Amino acid sequence: MQNVDKIDNGKNLFQHPEYQDVLKNKKQFEGAWGAVDKAKVEEIAEWTKTWDYREKNLAREAITVNPAKACQPLGAVMVALGFENTMPYVHGSHGCVAYFRSYFTRHFKEPTPCVSDSMTEDAAVFGGLVNMKDGLKNCAALYKPDMIMVSTTCMAEVIGDDLYAFIDAAKQEDGGEHLPAEYPIPYAHTPSFVGSHITGYDNMMQGTMQQLTEGNKADEKKDRINIIPGFETYIGSLISVKSIVEAFGQDYIMLGDHSEQWDMPAGKYEMFAGGTKIDDAKDCINSKATISLQKYATAKTMKMVTKRWKHAGGTSNPVGLKGTDEFIMKLAELTGKEVPESLKAQRGRLVDAMQDSYPYMHGKKFAIWGDPDFLIGMVSFLLEMGAEPTHVLCHNAPRGWEEEMRALLDTSPAKDDLNVWAGKDLWVMRSLLFTEPVDFMIGNSYGKELMRDTGTPLIYIGFPIFDRHHLHRYSISGYDGALNLLTWITNKVLDQVDEETKGIATTDYFFDLIR
Amino acid sequence: MGPESLEAKQQAAIEEVLKAYPAKAAKNRKKHLGVGAPEDESQKTCGNVRSNKKTVPGVMSQRGCAYAGSKGVVWGPVKDMVHISHGPIGCGQYSRAGRRNYYIGTTGVDTFVTMNFSTDFQEKDIVFGGDKKLDVAFHEIDDLFPLNNGITVQSECPIGLIGDDINATSKMYAKKTGNTIVPVNCEGFRGVSQSLGHHIANDTIRDYVFDGNAEILGAPIEPTEYDVAIIGDYNIGGDAWSSRILLEEMGLRVTAQWSGDATIKEMAQTPKVKLNLLHCYRSMNYISRHMEKEYGIPWVEYNFFGPTQTIKSLRKIAAFFDETIQQKAEEVIAKYQPMIDGVIAKYRPRLEGKQVMLFVGGLRPRHVIGAYEDLGMEVIGTGYEFAHDDDYKRTKDEIFRSTVIYDDVNEYELEAFVKKLQPDLVASGIKEKYVFQKMGLPYRQMHSWDYSGPYHGYDGFAIFAADMDLALNSPVWGHSTAPWDKEEEA
Repeated sequence: MQNVDKIDNGKNLFQHPEYQDVLKNKKQFEGAWGAVDKAKVEEIAEWTKTWDYREKNLAREAITVNPAKACQPLGAVMVALGFENTMPYVHGSHGCVAYFRSYFTRHFKEPTPCVSDSMTEDAAVFGGLVNMKDGLKNCAALYKPDMIMVSTTCMAEVIGDDLYAFIDAAKQEDGGEHLPAEYPIPYAHTPSFVGSHITGYDNMMQGTMQQLTEGNKADEKKDRINIIPGFETYIGSLISVKSIVEAFGQDYIMLGDHSEQWDMPAGKYEMFAGGTKIDDAKDCINSKATISLQKYATAKTMKMVTKRWKHAGGTSNPVGLKGTDEFIMKLAELTGKEVPESLKAQRGRLVDAMQDSYPYMHGKKFAIWGDPDFLIGMVSFLLEMGAEPTHVLCHNAPRGWEEEMRALLDTSPAKDDLNVWAGKDLWVMRSLLFTEPVDFMIGNSYGKELMRDTGTPLIYIGFPIFDRHHLHRYSISGYDGALNLLTWITNKVLDQVDEETKGIATTDYFFDLIR
Repeated sequence: MGPESLEAKQQAAIEEVLKAYPAKAAKNRKKHLGVGAPEDESQKTCGNVRSNKKTVPGVMSQRGCAYAGSKGVVWGPVKDMVHISHGPIGCGQYSRAGRRNYYIGTTGVDTFVTMNFSTDFQEKDIVFGGDKKLDVAFHEIDDLFPLNNGITVQSECPIGLIGDDINATSKMYAKKTGNTIVPVNCEGFRGVSQSLGHHIANDTIRDYVFDGNAEILGAPIEPTEYDVAIIGDYNIGGDAWSSRILLEEMGLRVTAQWSGDATIKEMAQTPKVKLNLLHCYRSMNYISRHMEKEYGIPWVEYNFFGPTQTIKSLRKIAAFFDETIQQKAEEVIAKYQPMIDGVIAKYRPRLEGKQVMLFVGGLRPRHVIGAYEDLGMEVIGTGYEFAHDDDYKRTKDEIFRSTVIYDDVNEYELEAFVKKLQPDLVASGIKEKYVFQKMGLPYRQMHSWDYSGPYHGYDGFAIFAADMDLALNSPVWGHSTAPWDKEEEA
């Protein structure tokens, strides 16, 4: 029973003897193997750690177990929330939208506005035109966004709804009351059964940039650079990137800047904050260059920008030292300016810190997973520190990624021990960790069960992170971002050294005060 | 407070809220909003609200889908089965381990609740169908997870649209292997909310667990006169465990939990019990009614939130049994009373008179009212995401005062009601949490117990009280206004 002076929640309550009895007593009715034959559970648990199991596990073709990717409309919602007063609108069932909102909200600890048009069985039969007409009108009337960005769920995609025609029909029927003819409603088809959340990001960004700029192309380009961040979940990274561009004194537009939307100060609630100005977005075709910070998350978008818009720039991944160097050199080239002193000093400080901490990362083996662009940047940084990315796993690897990652790993002296796992899930990672162990894992909250099962310490870097607070507020991009990475990783290594040496009168001779 | 009565304020808030809608939407939403009055027999449902209808498009509803109702609520917590999210990758990923359905087991070996199994549909699966892939998935699961006691197939939207026959595929594999395979047609577009998913999932338990002769491990349960099953407790934060202890202390034998920390064996053997105890009426009344009709097992609704309702429920349950049980129930009540008195003495003075607005799903919008009132707190607004008329009828008996009732309330409405009625605490879900916290309002998530709990039973109530105190009396809310913005003290 609870003690009023020290009320225990579930963590300790169920350790009380009376509850241990309850749990023990319950076993007699249970049919799980753990209640019936404990030895069998131990036997199978041990088998899952073997090479035999690993081979079977790697041979899976049909069932995905513990994925490390999500679906397209999630990325589309992120795009929308990076534009000024823009409501993400998902054409389809509202269950999906409840999921997108929960998923982002659990990560950012921030509200995530997004509507759906609640299609149900009748819409599945007759199409979702009525839902679109009512939905756009209601959304505009209630929330008064300056723009609505429409993406789709797999339901709408399977039945083949025509977004262009539906949006047009909605405007016609509304007659300008809530949806004037010029009201911007960019759209993109984002089927969940193609690609992953980064594909949805790409489709929505490409659709938005194309549709908003239609008819706006001027004869002359402006001395202005577009920056597309990609599916960026580190708020601080957006700020770092902007400050680098600003250090050059360069005029720029960040297309899809959700840094304020998912980082609102307390004191009052407003549904939308910050974001790319709609007028800027409409004019982005007239910038002289566009730089995408995530190649794989913007493949389609950048194809349009470089081939059709003929923008200079291209892609640049400012994660780690070399990545940031390249981004800065690209800016120097595009602006024709010298690298500013402030950035030179920042670089110097980062290198100084790397030289202070290198003994702790050097030679350490890492397993890491996440989105393709994130991994390119993170693995570059690990290699810069002399670490060994033993297992690099990308569940949503697009074409070309595996080769690029392999080439990157081949620059390491340890290259023969470094492995790329494209298209594999985290249950595969579990086998890899048991059969070819590493010192540390770098990944999102889904690594938690791997940490429990394999004992490998987890360094929380990635998306989503549900069970550690405020990490998303930091930067992992630019020199300051690399310094954060260095700090998190080095200190986790040191935490682990302490953990392993804290044994009184056994290992604590190595429990050094100074490291 | 001004001269305006609470009821008048609530009526005015509803009228004002409706003004922002276009005519068609306003007409619809008007029917879902009302003011409930306690002991007003003229009201058909609490506040005379209409429910279980299609959501108005474009309004930012908080509702989920049928898949969420089946995979997320009913089937997902059954721990010794593998639940496949059948279709594209997203649904399983977004719903993974979000509901805190606690269980004991070796995850990935004999239990699987917090894992995510998906058939990860690609375009070719949509075009050519996914039945073959599903069959291969069954084989792979049985190869790699040999201690699973069955597989359920949780259909995502495309399955029902592309004409896949998961029923035939499942049946064939089950026949071949003798394993329990449960196909569930809970596509997200079916119905208007999670609710239909509950119903569909209940029906599949009937068809595949009761009528399917599910294979069970270990000895069958030898029935006794005192066997009961806990139905509709998903063991969120351990709720079913802090309920179970009380039932056992009063001499009953809980042979099954549905479905938090459940095994398929417990469910399959439930038709042997003497009484079904139904906590979440909304999500599991279907199977309870079925067991009543088919096996003659009576069911009784109970409420283990807060001491007043817990005591009432313990007595109500005991009344189904002999005097020994009734006597023991009184002993249980007496045993915990000093602790509960202590909790109330400690927290009530800190919470007295604080007003609360709720918006949750299932049973909570009515069941938790008593727990707040036990602490002297006043619930002035409540509503359900996916309730039916029978829930709103039951709500009439639970409210203490004029209460604004909002069915399927959306982001705009809830924000407007809170601004107008100014409660001291809002208790709802994760999607709404930070909206109100930004406003400086204390908030508790009442789906997941905000990562605390359990809240059921006597021990749970102590945690509930401590958590409400934590939320309302934390110093952090006082920091919202900067010193330079604070009004000059007179």
